Amino acid sequence: MIRVQQGDFNITDEYQALLTKNDCGAVVTFVGRVRDFGGDGIPFLLQHYPGMTENVLASIEKEALRRWPLLASTIIHRVGELNVDDQIVFVGVSSAHRKAAFQACEFMIDVLKTQAPFWKKEGAHWVDAKDTDQQAAGTWLNSTKD
Amino acid sequence: MNSDNASEDNASINILYFASLAESLGCECESFNLACEKVSVADLKQQLAARGEQWQRLINAPSTRCAVNQSLAEDEQVLASNDEVAFFPPVTGG
Repeated sequence: MIRVQQGDFNITDEYQALLTKNDCGAVVTFVGRVRDFGGDGIPFLLQHYPGMTENVLASIEKEALRRWPLLASTIIHRVGELNVDDQIVFVGVSSAHRKAAFQACEFMIDVLKTQAPFWKKEGAHWVDAKDTDQQAAGTWLNSTKD
Repeated sequence: MNSDNASEDNASINILYFASLAESLGCECESFNLACEKVSVADLKQQLAARGEQWQRLINAPSTRCAVNQSLAEDEQVLASNDEVAFFPPVTGG
């Protein structure tokens, strides 16, 4: 499931939504929070490309479902005005076993960070992309796709 | 059907600019006339770059991404009527 929204999300609710009736032995969730990039707590603006954002998130989820035996998955990304320490992104998956769940969750957030068209602006300053994010996603995207 | 009008409509695409790119160029979206057939992303970039030093620098920056109809596109991709083309800097979500 994909959601792009201005409002906050509740981790307990999202955890419950990932639980399936049978064989759900592992749930892994990731929450990304807004860091201070040197603006001393001034608000952030999260801009995105409506339409393409949803397409990219859906394709990331689809690829994760193709690579790992997942029972359920969720990607939520917030847009609009956010503050330091706000929750900004949620990725959660459930699976029979932990290895698939850990790997799929990491795959989804790593690829999201370099492929999904979101941009952070802290005050008047657009946050720069990081090479380490590019490398993390590249490791997944260059790995065997079966 | 009026074929002259149809061909004029067909020659037009929409271009979107996002984030720092939109701010620096002072433009978020525009309608653009392709003027001839078989215009590629590379051809479009060349035409946009001819608008001035700022356009040349930003549109041709190696980090600038281009999407056509909401999918990332390479320079070789040929544009069609009513395509939605977007230019944006590296993404910083998550």
